[in-house]
Amino acid sequence: MIRVENLTKTFDQFTAVNDITFQVDSGEIFAFLGPNGAGKTTTIKMLTTLLRPTAGRIQLDGFDPWVKQREARQRFGIVFQDPSLDNEQTAYENMELHGVLYHIPHRVRGERIEQLLRLFELWERRNDYVKTFSGGMKRRLEIARGFLHTPKILFLDEPTLGLDPQSRNQLWTHVKALNAKEKTTVFLTTHYMDEADRVAHRIAIMDHGAIVAIGTSAELRARTNTDSLEGAFLALTGTSLRDEAASSTDAIRRFAQMWQQKR
Amino acid sequence: MGAIYIMWLREVKRYFRSRAQVVVSLGQPTLYLLALGFGFGPVFAKAGAGNYLQFIAPGVIGMTVLFSSIFSGMAMLWDRQFGFLKETLVAPVPRLNIILGRTLGGATVASLQGFLMLIVCLIAGFRPVHAHAAGTPGSHNWLAVPIAAIFIGMIAIVFAALGASVGSTIKDMQGFQVLMNFLVMPIFFLSGALYPLKNLPKVLSWITHGDPLTYGIDGLRGVLIGSWQFSFKWQFNFMLDLCLLLALAAIFLSTSAWLFSRIEV
Repeated sequence: MIRVENLTKTFDQFTAVNDITFQVDSGEIFAFLGPNGAGKTTTIKMLTTLLRPTAGRIQLDGFDPWVKQREARQRFGIVFQDPSLDNEQTAYENMELHGVLYHIPHRVRGERIEQLLRLFELWERRNDYVKTFSGGMKRRLEIARGFLHTPKILFLDEPTLGLDPQSRNQLWTHVKALNAKEKTTVFLTTHYMDEADRVAHRIAIMDHGAIVAIGTSAELRARTNTDSLEGAFLALTGTSLRDEAASSTDAIRRFAQMWQQKR
Repeated sequence: MGAIYIMWLREVKRYFRSRAQVVVSLGQPTLYLLALGFGFGPVFAKAGAGNYLQFIAPGVIGMTVLFSSIFSGMAMLWDRQFGFLKETLVAPVPRLNIILGRTLGGATVASLQGFLMLIVCLIAGFRPVHAHAAGTPGSHNWLAVPIAAIFIGMIAIVFAALGASVGSTIKDMQGFQVLMNFLVMPIFFLSGALYPLKNLPKVLSWITHGDPLTYGIDGLRGVLIGSWQFSFKWQFNFMLDLCLLLALAAIFLSTSAWLFSRIEV
């Protein structure tokens, strides 16, 4: 379903993703693990047509996203690391807008929106503005939205960041259920080892822009002679801390928050 | 088509939902209208130039449209901020449609604001009139209002597209502030919205001719107070103003579409 060959991305002098090759099968849940700055998000951005790769080949369900952009985009859904909802519209309107952008015919749209909002327990709040939602509700809405156009692949970039254990648990239950029911291939990144262990069929560990290991949780543990995925992760990536420079986006986000409060 | 419509609808919905902002954004032009209109009125009349309130009303209508449209484009900065931009960037529709929907939505909102400002002007005593000689009152010309709508719409599209080009380029608040001071304010002050463009110092005259809003204001003023025989005539004429605005709209729309299509995050 996803095929990546020799994918590389360099920014000026810095190589964020260095010649990675992997494949994700149809219907699989595939987890990307790695310390901060390992290149996970950059990889997802390249896979989802947001960032042009410096070199290498990508195929999503047989389409090169940089050649057949629209076909590829129609086939995947994505939940970004940061929220990407329209706060000034209601939950239902956010879903509706997504449905129109993804060419879901009118008569199926309403039905599908209701079904997903009910599943993610947001139906009662469908006419409330997203700005009134809690972090967990926003996440649920984004994931529901990601599934709306029945994508063949769903990308989840750290979808459980900042959520409480209940929300995380519920979220993965739904994702697993939809993966089973709709045969959606799921490509996720996370920092929580237990989640990867629980939901992913296969795991790739990334560090310094390269994939250092790939396999099932059991395989990774066996390979490193450790008894937990976290142990395997640390054995493969070392224990030193990684610094991530605050991006300009972070800076303006803070400014925007300040400005919003002032109003 | 669906994408253009839904993006247009989003802008329009936002407008109708933020009534407070509607009122607030009319505050500044109203202040200009009243303070300058009545403040400079006597001096203007003494100079034999006629009624300043009549003169400045089309200017403040243009101002309202300018600010509203250019900010609608720059609002993309907030969408970048709060992440919604990404949702539209990965959608399986041409980015041209996204930017077109946004821009037309912003232009619609700006035009509505322009009409509200026209109503404020009418309340303050402004009347659209036929061409007439200086010093004599012209007869009311309500037919001018629908024609003025053409110019309001064109100003809105030109600057919504310019705003969208800028919004596709800048990534932070500093850039926004700089543009505010070095783009929007000069466009306004150098457009002839507040003063006649005749007999200006040469350099200033050239600059005003390079300001897109000059042609919008000229068209609007020409239509609304038909000042053929006023001491401040149409600077240009209907066709020239309209053609230039159409050309600018085409240029800015293409630019914004091109810049938007290149966004990477």
